[in-house]
Amino acid sequence: MGLQDTIKNRLSNNELIKNSLMKSNLINNPLINKIEWTPLNIITAIILFVGFILTIARFFGGLGTVTNLDDNNPWGLWIGFDLLCGVALAAGGYVTSSACYIFGLKRYHSAVRPAILTAFLGYALVVFALNYDVGRPWRLPYPIFYSPGTSSLLFEVGLCVFLYLNVLFIEFTPAAFEWLGLKKIRNFVVGLTMLLTIFGVVLSTLHQSSLGALFLIAPSKLHPLWYSGYLPVYFFISSMFAGMSMVIFEGSLAHKYLHHKMDETHLSESDGVVLGFSKAASFVMMGYLGIKLIGLSIDNNWHHLFTSWGLWFLFELIGFVALPAFIYAVAAREKNVKLARVASILGVLGIILNRLNISLVAFNWQLPLDQRYFPSWMEIAISVFVVTVGIVAYRLITAYMPILYEHPNYKHGDDSKNKHGHQED
Amino acid sequence: MTITRRKFLGWIGGAAAGSATIAGTLAHGASNKEFKGYPNSFGVLHDITKCIGCRKCEQACNEINTMPAPEKPFDDLSILEKERRTTSTAHTVVNKFISSVPNSSNNVEQNKNINGDASGNSIALYVKKQCNHCLEPACASACFVKAFKKDKTGAVTYDASLCVGCRYCMVACSFNIPTYEYDEPLTPRVMKCTLCLPLIQEGKLPACVQICPREALIFGERTELIKQARMRIQKHPDKYVDHIYGEHEMGGTSWLYLSPVSFSEVGMREDLGTNSAPELTAGALSAVPIVVGLWPVLLTGVYAISKRKEKIAQEELEQALAAARDEAEEITAQKLAELKKKMTKEKETAVKTEVKKVLDEAAKREKAAQEAKADASAEEEK
Repeated sequence: MGLQDTIKNRLSNNELIKNSLMKSNLINNPLINKIEWTPLNIITAIILFVGFILTIARFFGGLGTVTNLDDNNPWGLWIGFDLLCGVALAAGGYVTSSACYIFGLKRYHSAVRPAILTAFLGYALVVFALNYDVGRPWRLPYPIFYSPGTSSLLFEVGLCVFLYLNVLFIEFTPAAFEWLGLKKIRNFVVGLTMLLTIFGVVLSTLHQSSLGALFLIAPSKLHPLWYSGYLPVYFFISSMFAGMSMVIFEGSLAHKYLHHKMDETHLSESDGVVLGFSKAASFVMMGYLGIKLIGLSIDNNWHHLFTSWGLWFLFELIGFVALPAFIYAVAAREKNVKLARVASILGVLGIILNRLNISLVAFNWQLPLDQRYFPSWMEIAISVFVVTVGIVAYRLITAYMPILYEHPNYKHGDDSKNKHGHQED
Repeated sequence: MTITRRKFLGWIGGAAAGSATIAGTLAHGASNKEFKGYPNSFGVLHDITKCIGCRKCEQACNEINTMPAPEKPFDDLSILEKERRTTSTAHTVVNKFISSVPNSSNNVEQNKNINGDASGNSIALYVKKQCNHCLEPACASACFVKAFKKDKTGAVTYDASLCVGCRYCMVACSFNIPTYEYDEPLTPRVMKCTLCLPLIQEGKLPACVQICPREALIFGERTELIKQARMRIQKHPDKYVDHIYGEHEMGGTSWLYLSPVSFSEVGMREDLGTNSAPELTAGALSAVPIVVGLWPVLLTGVYAISKRKEKIAQEELEQALAAARDEAEEITAQKLAELKKKMTKEKETAVKTEVKKVLDEAAKREKAAQEAKADASAEEEK
């Protein structure tokens, strides 16, 4: 490394320190002091307001006043979207951190923090949304601390989500400690990285798969094309490319709106992250298609493919798994980041479609049309509200904490977990 | 042996005394244990051929559970025209089905006389619907707070003081029985038939069985009821299909049904299979310890391998560097040696030339001297 480079680095470090000082200065922050009434912010405010009103309606009027749920359809959008999609799309946390720390792909290091933050917010919002859905939310600790029903897959989901939320919180705290300047405790937590990452993968494997396994108990209600003994495997495997797609998708949004927050490392590594994840996602999606075909063959469900349900099934599988897998592959080969982003949108939509199909569309498929469920506008509004809360929290946290850039005082090389980090400089 | 209400009441006293001490136990989650129900547990046999759709059982159920009065009174039979399911204010409902292929002769006549429903080849059948009290209940297996229990009397009980309201029980139940108080903001409960457990414990019959005017419902030990049902099928093969619904469905239920037509014709699913709910989820649950045990080992291994690869790469890099350095040094040394050699050679040549020069010079001088000497001697001779 030449002397010139060193001087340049020093200079940019100084700039960063200045920047971060500015960032941590509440008075200078536009988000707190003077909210700019841009159209986006106005929409956000309206959504938050409507959400607040509906929250009151939900907790004073009961589930019946805001939802279209009934005795035949006990689970609606709040489980299908907020829980199932929320958890799947928050899989980027375990995927990215295990790629970086366990598999040693250190080129992805700058992608870990945003992915952990998204995952943490995702799981926090899942639990937040559950408070709307369950009848007596203040009893949510019951299954873990008071009367555990260990024969239930929902118990497994609950326990793992609870533990994993804690893991993600701890994994997220170094950013907060850096922001607060608590070096000692920050270094202690960073020292736990490997342990937390492995624990996170174990917990993710368990609850991602058991979300699928929840439906194993109801073969008579879920359409045979979606019901399979492999449901837990499908959910776990698909959570991997859901996570990768989400990292790419969220990255493209962050580049659009939070470009100024990113440091050189992040910017220089981000294309590599996108292309690397494209390649990986493409492979995993192909594998997923393979096991889907195996499931189809084992249950001998081929004849269902020629019904209207079959068309819908193929639409999901070809349009939102095979197609993005192909686009990802092309993007990785041509090193085309934009194309990878297109594929990531398809991938994210595909996961949402799959989870909604299993929990709502193909669930209770035998019921006559007038007994089927369709969410009320209020349920949709609450879901939009929950997502909006997440986006606002992401914006606030990235505004203050070193998420999209490295804190100048805690450069990569300082990390105890990355003793060889300096090689990359 | 037919167990009538009176006979039953006679011997229930003793059973009830024992049942007071009976406590529920858990559903077996992930195990290979086969559970064929608690011995001597009770059940109800519903003979569909005997039901006349009077809705008296609905009324009795409503009263014993102190439910709000329905919109239409219980003697309004027009409500039967539309198929209903259980609701949070109706733990049991009777549905009417028109079957085109009657199986029996006697019974059709009876029904005709009573209801005037049957016309031509079709016949009206009435089926009571309520919780079937599975031997291995899906709701109990699915409940993550153990709010549901299978009581030793046969009843599947629900404890509202534990319920979180996740409604997974409703998803899990193949019979679509549990209902929910969606309009209750603070204390919503899952609602379903209790088999009138409090009455059973008092030595009384469930309210619906008690009131049934046609003995379409018979309460008794489940094993006895199965024998009884078999006997009826054997006695009247023309009257019943050869199947006791609930004997094996979903691992067996405490409620059993006899029907003159196939059960799918009277709104009961025949595709549920004989696996109990816990069997459906046992595989997934048994994967948990494997994941917990295997993943950390594998992942630590992967981590160790990637670390080691890194270390080896580092070592190899260092070795390569050292080798390159050595080679360079060797080459330099060689070059130096060559240079030295060359220099020595040059020096030697230079010395040699110098020496030669000097020698030549000396020789020349000597020669000159000799010549001079010769000249001189020649001069002398002259």
